[in-house]
Amino acid sequence: MLNNYDELSDLQIDVLREIGNIGAGNAATALATILDEKVEISLPKVRITDFDTAVNALGGAETMTVGVLVNFDGEAHGMIMFLLNMDDAKAIMSILVQEDEEGLDGTLSELKLSAIKEIGNILGSSYINSISTLTGLRIHISIPYIAIDMAGALMSVPIIEFGSVGDKVMFIEECFSAEENNLSSNIIMFTEIETLKIIMERLGLEI
Amino acid sequence: MSDLLVVGISDYKMDRCPNVFVTYALGSCVGICLYDKQTKVGGLSHIMLPESSMFKNNEINRMKFADTAIVDLVQNLVRLGADSRKLTAKIAGGAQMFEVQQGSMVGTIGDRNIVSVKNTLHGLKIPILAEDTGLNYGRTVYFDLETGIMKVQSLSRSIREF
Repeated sequence: MLNNYDELSDLQIDVLREIGNIGAGNAATALATILDEKVEISLPKVRITDFDTAVNALGGAETMTVGVLVNFDGEAHGMIMFLLNMDDAKAIMSILVQEDEEGLDGTLSELKLSAIKEIGNILGSSYINSISTLTGLRIHISIPYIAIDMAGALMSVPIIEFGSVGDKVMFIEECFSAEENNLSSNIIMFTEIETLKIIMERLGLEI
Repeated sequence: MSDLLVVGISDYKMDRCPNVFVTYALGSCVGICLYDKQTKVGGLSHIMLPESSMFKNNEINRMKFADTAIVDLVQNLVRLGADSRKLTAKIAGGAQMFEVQQGSMVGTIGDRNIVSVKNTLHGLKIPILAEDTGLNYGRTVYFDLETGIMKVQSLSRSIREF
């Protein structure tokens, strides 16, 4: 009986890796369309870590990071976060938004913020659609939420939500890179343990 | 020589002066600095969730929850020579990093963490001398056992001392 993330078998982790691959692959296609350039995705990593490692997983707890969060629920529960650093966020916006004016202190304008939020939304939806198609589960996604803050403080949101039982969290992580403009970003997915069980069952795996 | 001692998530540490504790990037979590001015014994706790009773599992990590972590930290401080009647508290964190999320407990978890921390401290009769809580940004907290000063650092604001 699966009760904690660190009880996942190698086979189950392989399945999660493949789910991440399909989800992020779909999201990468969407991102490539938005940026109008080729987007490469890294091999998916399934991370089962303690909380501190998760907080530091994305380049340091205090690193300023732009995060877009999408919740999903219905027959599957979890969160997807699209994360990028400030420079990459600005670079993406300079490709997409014809607007020169920046905030007074180099912050992103409202228009740019909502554009990034929308990208996070599209990527999250693409990811979830592919899982939904694969498993036949009905999954709804929330509106996107954006925050610009310390990476660790952003990561603490899913850690609190999915780390309430046990001392480990599990997330699937991929990196997108668009070489033409030298951009990189990450997409990570957290799910409840119950959702993992349901997905495994739908895919015909013993749990 | 004082050392910088790092307190993780769901963790606490205690020691005697001279030493400085740090806990990085508090979001909705809360950092609790407890201090006995006379003995200069103090500790820093970084809690994630308000109440251990939310979960029926027997093997809970007591350092994760406000109600259990603070009680345990006080006991450890007393063991190090602190006078439990002289302990004072300074707290920081409990932000809401993203806007309110419907149907999710995350939207209000920062507030609930703060309330539980305050209730627990109140129950132990530990006065709160200062707080820097709520709002919507992450905080790194330093706590100096020499002075009892809590220093709060965030990305968009200047460093503040409490």
